[in-house]
Amino acid sequence: MSTTILFTIISLSAIGAGAAIILYFVAQKFKVYEDPRIDQVEEALPAANCGGCGYPGCRGFAEALVKADDISDLYCPVGGNETMATVAKILGKEVEAKEPLVAVVRCSGSPEHRKQVNEYDGASSCAISSALYAGETNCQYGCLGLGDCVDVCDFDAIYMDEETGLPVVIDDNCTACGACVKACPNDIIELRKKNKKDRKIYVSCVNQDKGGIARKACKVACIGCGKCVKICPFDAITMENFLAYIDPNKCKLCRKCVTECPTGAILEINFPPRKVKEEKKDASKEKKTEVSDKKENDSSTQNK
Amino acid sequence: MLKTFTKGGVHPAESKYSADSPIEKLPLPKTVSIPIAQHIGAPSKPLVKKGDKVKVGDVIAESAGFVSANIHSSVSGTVTKIDNVLDSTGYRKPCIIIDVEEDEWNKDIDRSTDLKKEISLMDKEIIQRINQAGIVGLGGATFPSHVKLSVPEGKKIDVLIINGVECEPYLTSDHRLMLEKAEEMLVGIQILMKALSVNRAIIGIENNKQDALEHLAGLIKNYPGIEVQALKVKYPQGGEKQLIKALINREVPSGGLPLDVGAVVHNVGTAYAVYEAIQKNKPLFERVVTVTGQSVKKPSNFMVRIGTPVADLIEAAGGLPEDAGKVINGGPMMGKALNSLDVPVIKGTSGILILPEKMAARKPESNCIRCAKCVSVCPQGLEPYLLNKLTQLEKNDILEKDGVMDCIECGSCAFTCPAGLPLLDYIRLGKSRVSRIIRSRKQ
Repeated sequence: MSTTILFTIISLSAIGAGAAIILYFVAQKFKVYEDPRIDQVEEALPAANCGGCGYPGCRGFAEALVKADDISDLYCPVGGNETMATVAKILGKEVEAKEPLVAVVRCSGSPEHRKQVNEYDGASSCAISSALYAGETNCQYGCLGLGDCVDVCDFDAIYMDEETGLPVVIDDNCTACGACVKACPNDIIELRKKNKKDRKIYVSCVNQDKGGIARKACKVACIGCGKCVKICPFDAITMENFLAYIDPNKCKLCRKCVTECPTGAILEINFPPRKVKEEKKDASKEKKTEVSDKKENDSSTQNK
Repeated sequence: MLKTFTKGGVHPAESKYSADSPIEKLPLPKTVSIPIAQHIGAPSKPLVKKGDKVKVGDVIAESAGFVSANIHSSVSGTVTKIDNVLDSTGYRKPCIIIDVEEDEWNKDIDRSTDLKKEISLMDKEIIQRINQAGIVGLGGATFPSHVKLSVPEGKKIDVLIINGVECEPYLTSDHRLMLEKAEEMLVGIQILMKALSVNRAIIGIENNKQDALEHLAGLIKNYPGIEVQALKVKYPQGGEKQLIKALINREVPSGGLPLDVGAVVHNVGTAYAVYEAIQKNKPLFERVVTVTGQSVKKPSNFMVRIGTPVADLIEAAGGLPEDAGKVINGGPMMGKALNSLDVPVIKGTSGILILPEKMAARKPESNCIRCAKCVSVCPQGLEPYLLNKLTQLEKNDILEKDGVMDCIECGSCAFTCPAGLPLLDYIRLGKSRVSRIIRSRKQ
């Protein structure tokens, strides 16, 4: 009995040892050399695997970083400048600090401003809805409100506001990976420069229809009047297809365009309240828009 | 046993309310808006400008490439503007808007109603004339007809198939055309046969149109080479691939065209349009449109000028019923809901269906229970439940391998799904993603 056990132990150990020796030589023979810096760089990356850099996961990006001679075009939006500086240190390469970006939703068409004219009861996906038709309102450019951007966000940085039916970006969570920008079939979301104190001025509209059509579809649409272009002291605003666009790199956040806009399509966010004088001006503007609203309502009833 | 296709298929309630209403001419509208993109392929180039006077049948936009079509004015009057107007999907697309004045036709059009049987043109001339007349597939796909007739070298066509199936429930425009314009249509088929140099044509008609079957069977004696074949009622028999399988038992290979099995398929409406274009010199500017629905007062078939607003058609059929839930452009299976009644009728509009509210709502969604009903009804032999999931997971490579591009978007899967899943919606999304990938690979 005991010899059987002994025999088993010895023979199995011998097989094990033999296999270990074979494996050692095979491993030596087929060894793949891998730059140890890839592991170091991967360690430094945020491990979000979001694909915001354009590479398949952090490992893929680390490989690309090690391989590239000049890494100034490569950027990890999640880690930002700090991470890139660490990576540059590991690799002994130069890297320039980039302005941090943040996702901005360019549509203010809540039901209050943008009347619902029909009902969509298909699959709950913006991509499907936009392939079928223009959406529940008369604005074919605006937010469809089915939340494809929320579904793709890995960082809980965007949610649907139940009241307005529009997505809202949480600036502190947003890493500017660009997933929502790609997911939006109407190209409403844009990555813009993250200014001090998260201050933002942007045209919250992507409607390229003529003024009248845009205004009828949505009260806060950009009607392409060009007033903002004229008043901007820094030439930061351009007008194309009846739609104003504020260049985030030229804009100095002076806020002149915000008060000039007759429909309120330009938004200012995270600014301190204005001085009393300007508020008065605002009030008179609001009255004007109210009057024009009434006129429009009259004409629309006549049309019916 | 009646012939039909073998794989899958469903049988929705037929509901052909307008089958007994003869085709009526719809009164001319006050203005028409004619989109420059009514067909598959490149949008046409407008030839007119604001203020131009046009007559019925004048070319107002010319074909922009091989896969494109001419567009003719459907009315006489003044071009008021070329502007972006809502189309049936709710997007604004460029349209030529014409104010109607009188009804003055282009002098070249033969307006007499007598039947002209002799075909004087040769094959190349016929194809050229069809191209000039702006004829596209009137079954709904609006693929330019001259492209289908220009058979590439090396391919041999031995049979012309004429699609009189009208497998979509509710629609009756082809049915009425076969009853009222049968002789013209048969001459049209002969013209198509001459253009393709084939001596055999089969008209496939579903068994629920007995009167059309009998009527045509009586007439074909005078038209050698043309056969009429009754088919079992099954959706989607009107799909090209299904109809070829049903009639001549040949299977179009995956990714292939009917050309690959020696057949060309045309709709009965197209055959009639070809007759008018060749024998009467009349381009395509009007078509038969069914206006129907359970609660529509007067389900009708109208001969409508292209560009007429849908609202005019509904008015002529007794107005919009009070319980209307959805107005659908096309049939209930493949049609799309309209979001405005101001959209114009285009070359591909075969019917306007008004569904009452309780029939219009979608089934509430629940979970897939793997019953595989969708698999058994798919006429293309695909696995819709799987394609649906793969699209949601964005597994585009597997989608392509599993044949998503072979989907004909008939909607049988979503129709039959007991869980009410929007299968076709997702498959269509997957299809568009995969086709984008295939296109980028080719570049």
